[in-house]
Amino acid sequence: MEVQLQRSYLEYSKALFREGVLDAQFVELQMLRDESNPDFVMEVVTLFFEDSQRILNQLSNTLNEQSVDFKKVDANVHQLKGSSSSIGALRVRNACIAFRSFCDAQNVEGCLRFLQQIKQEYLLVKNKLEALLRLEQQIVAAGGVVPVLNDFS
Amino acid sequence: MVEETMGCAIETGESEEMDIVLSSMWPEDMNEAGRQFNVERPGVDKDMLEEVTIKREPDIVDFKHLMELASYTEKGNWQLANLVRNWEYKQENAVRLLREELDTLSRQQRQAELKKLEILEEHRFERDGYGGNKRPISILDENLKYLYQDAPRRKRDTVFQDEKISVDAEYDSVVYWKQHAMNLEKLLEASIRREQVLMGKLQESIEKLEKQSTPVEELSQVLNRADNFLHFVLQNAPVVIGHQDKDLRYRFIFNHFPSLNEEDIIGKTDVEIFTGSGVKESQDFKQEVLERGLPAKREITFETELFGSKTFLIYVEPVFSKAGETIGVNYMGMEVTDQVRKREKMAKIREEMAVQKAKETELNKTIHITEESMRAKEMLATMSHEIRSPLSGVVSMAEILSNTKLDKEQRQQVNVMMSSGDLVLRIINDILDLSKVESGAMKLEAAKFRPREVVKHVLQTAAASLQKLLTLEGNVADDVPVEVIGDVLRIRQILTNLVSNAIKFTREGKVGIKLYVVPEPHILSNQKSWKAPADQSSNSSNTRKDSSVSRSQRGSHGCHEEEGIGVKNELKNMLNDQERDGTPTEEEKASHSNPQESVVWIRCDVYDTGIGIPEHAIPTLFKKYTQAGADTARKYGGTGLGLAICKQLVELMGGQLTVSSVEDKGSTFMFILPCKVSAVSDSSDELSDMDNQEVSDDEDLHAGSFLFEPRTLGSLLSSQSSGRIQKLSPITYGVDPTQNYDGLLEDSSSPSSSITCQEMSSEEDAYLAAMDTSLEVNVSPNRSLNSDNLDSAEMNEQTHCCSEISQPSITQERCQAEGSSECSSRKNNEGQKAEVKPKILLVEDNKINVIVAKSMMKQLGHNIDIVNNGAEAVRAVQCKDYDLILMDVCMPVMDGLQATRLIRSFEETGSWDDAVKAGVELQLPPQHSSPKFQQEIPRKRTPIIAMTANALSESADDCFANGMDSFVSKPVNFQNLKQCLQQYIPE
Repeated sequence: MEVQLQRSYLEYSKALFREGVLDAQFVELQMLRDESNPDFVMEVVTLFFEDSQRILNQLSNTLNEQSVDFKKVDANVHQLKGSSSSIGALRVRNACIAFRSFCDAQNVEGCLRFLQQIKQEYLLVKNKLEALLRLEQQIVAAGGVVPVLNDFS
Repeated sequence: MVEETMGCAIETGESEEMDIVLSSMWPEDMNEAGRQFNVERPGVDKDMLEEVTIKREPDIVDFKHLMELASYTEKGNWQLANLVRNWEYKQENAVRLLREELDTLSRQQRQAELKKLEILEEHRFERDGYGGNKRPISILDENLKYLYQDAPRRKRDTVFQDEKISVDAEYDSVVYWKQHAMNLEKLLEASIRREQVLMGKLQESIEKLEKQSTPVEELSQVLNRADNFLHFVLQNAPVVIGHQDKDLRYRFIFNHFPSLNEEDIIGKTDVEIFTGSGVKESQDFKQEVLERGLPAKREITFETELFGSKTFLIYVEPVFSKAGETIGVNYMGMEVTDQVRKREKMAKIREEMAVQKAKETELNKTIHITEESMRAKEMLATMSHEIRSPLSGVVSMAEILSNTKLDKEQRQQVNVMMSSGDLVLRIINDILDLSKVESGAMKLEAAKFRPREVVKHVLQTAAASLQKLLTLEGNVADDVPVEVIGDVLRIRQILTNLVSNAIKFTREGKVGIKLYVVPEPHILSNQKSWKAPADQSSNSSNTRKDSSVSRSQRGSHGCHEEEGIGVKNELKNMLNDQERDGTPTEEEKASHSNPQESVVWIRCDVYDTGIGIPEHAIPTLFKKYTQAGADTARKYGGTGLGLAICKQLVELMGGQLTVSSVEDKGSTFMFILPCKVSAVSDSSDELSDMDNQEVSDDEDLHAGSFLFEPRTLGSLLSSQSSGRIQKLSPITYGVDPTQNYDGLLEDSSSPSSSITCQEMSSEEDAYLAAMDTSLEVNVSPNRSLNSDNLDSAEMNEQTHCCSEISQPSITQERCQAEGSSECSSRKNNEGQKAEVKPKILLVEDNKINVIVAKSMMKQLGHNIDIVNNGAEAVRAVQCKDYDLILMDVCMPVMDGLQATRLIRSFEETGSWDDAVKAGVELQLPPQHSSPKFQQEIPRKRTPIIAMTANALSESADDCFANGMDSFVSKPVNFQNLKQCLQQYIPE
């Protein structure tokens, strides 16, 4: 049971790396987890969800205003980019980078389009990460050790 | 020839019908045989032979001598006798035949006589019957006998039968007698007829006898035929047949391909005829046969002008006279040049094949052994690796344990644990080092370093853990460059190893390092293997002198021969140089003129006054896992890997390591290394990490003597850690190590550190112990590095740093009072007054980034302060002096670049005016840290590391332009954080 969970955990995370949903930075996060802070990944990821949700809402609001405050948009996207790269949400980060170029060009339409894109990527990584963390919890509940990912090709 | 003749003779003797047998020796098939050669017209046998013989006259005969031979030599004699016997036999045979016939005839005659007598008796009886006894007339008898003897007979005539004369007529009548007389007459007639026939036959026989040739003729005929036969057989044979007399002069020679005339050969010896190699040998050989009287064969290769290079198989047999003396030799030679050549070729090929095979076997063996040893090595390396990881865990845990509250006994136990563990680790690292060198995986680094400092540090660390009353001294000659380029870590490793070895085997006296420049040894410049005989040993007079000098200087060098040569030569070079001029050598001078490329050979002697090494042990000294003896191993411990590693490292660096030793007097390990000389640079930036203490003092830079003398026994026993080493050298360098440890220990929260370093050092390397001491003091968060000293660079660095970190831990006043440039010039040393831990500020607005970075720093053993923007960062710096600031570039309120500018401005001017102008609300106005107060003591430049996401707006150039020292790319990860900390927070 435990072993099976571990295996599916590994497979699942490998798939995430393969699809580019996550990158090596996530492994760094996992390595930061220790006895004193066993829920570290969970905490960070949760924080990321909250923060991202807030930023995305702000972005939607800002972009829907009559005159778009691109500075504000840029700051938000920068935030999102920073946090997504910190947890290794690669696709969100890439979307942010693309978004910023539209932002620089003050292209509202492009920005909106990429906002959608970011939202999608965000939801994707959210779902995947939640599933992954659930698996982790199951493993821990079963008394197992969460395997360390070392192959994120 | 003789034998053939003998054969003929024997056959002749055997056969009654010799003629027929002999003539059958020239049969039809001979023609067949002849055709195969060059006989065009197979005519009469004899003709053919004659023709053949006529073609050339290959045999040159001294006939006179042949006659003599025939009459004087046993063989010739016997041969003649055979011929004669043969002839006699023939004659005898004829006589016997005749005699038989004669017998037959006389028997018949006798019968006829008897018949006659009968008749006569009948007559007498008749007469008796008539008138008295009539006696047979004996004369008639006689006459008749003679008469009948000559009567003609026939050999196989019808056998006489006693014919009964039968007369039909009445006995004693006239008719009867008439008839009787007539019968007798008939008989008589028949008898007479027979007699005539016999007479005819006899006549015939006599004629035949007359016709028969004389024995000489017959003999010469036989000989002639044999001769012809021989000629025929030998006509194309590559043989030479000859006879030489007892002076070895040729009397007869048959050579089908004569290249000399008769007069050139007959009567001359080999030596007179030919010149060249082999001639003498053949002559001697013949002489030998002549003297020993036994036939012999030999193969002789001639190399003469006459017929070039030819090999002959020579058979020589002695010829004896009737009296049994040797009177000459028969000689037969066959040319076998081609065969010999082939044979030799074959032999050579066979030999080559054998060699090839042997080589192959050898090679296979070697391959096998190599494979085996490779596998063994691999396994060793793997095992070592596998052992190391868990072991380092054990050691680390023990260390953590030693930092907890323990009673005295427990602490001792833990200390033993740690020292044992460290020892095992060291052994394993040695093994790994060795296999690394052997497999060629060892990479050498080329970095600038200061030889004086290396020597100083090695001695310092050794002194720090010294447990004996030993004087440690270092002496670096003036001509050794201040800075050279090489792999300092490896050099240090070698020195440390040798020094600790020396200490280990020295009970009292001193251990020292001597460093000086020597000219490039030709042994090494020619070839790497230093065992190669030195070619400059031609000036052997020098060698002697120098070696004696060296003897007096260093005590005698009872060296192993092989290595002794090297040592002597080496010494010679060095001493030559020293004698020539005490000043720097040519190379040295050149090196100063061209600092970029020139190479200087530095020689290093590590000497001691220890137990020495027995001469017989020197050859195996540098082998793995060996020590001078089993006793030594038991007494002093160790794996015996140290010297092997030293030697391999030295050789890897292109140098050589040698040893000279006298038992009970001491040993000297010497190595020479080529080092590139770099330009003397005062800028600390260029120095390698280990030398990052800035030495501005010239005297210090060039100080070449270091002395660590033992304290009195009493103080040694009484004092724990401090004061074991007392520096007496008048030349100062940096801070006295004892004081370092003093200060360090005062600050250290662990009272046990002194015990640790004292107790563990007794049997072990000073190296390790020193390392341990420092670790003890530092409680390094990177403890793992210690175990991970496969990369001993790090380890060494750490060791080094440790001895230095102690310096800032001393109060600044003290540093300044002592005027130590090392202290004052150190970076980030100000923040360490109270805590050992460096203070780090993270400036980052992104919450997630903050969490991640903070967690990582925590794992690296650092607690960090966090602010969320540039303005806050400025305020934080105002309040607290940080050792390191990690600064995000893109931040709200105030970005990292501006914050950095403000901080730099403050550092330079001591005033926060710029910050105030920029709108930063400074927290604590004047009371505590007024700009004026700050102005008086300007702060050291704090390293500020930018954290950039590598976006265009955050270019590295911008970072540097705004006063940042470096940058790490985001998202930060463990690796680059660690690197950054290592670089900017020396531990």
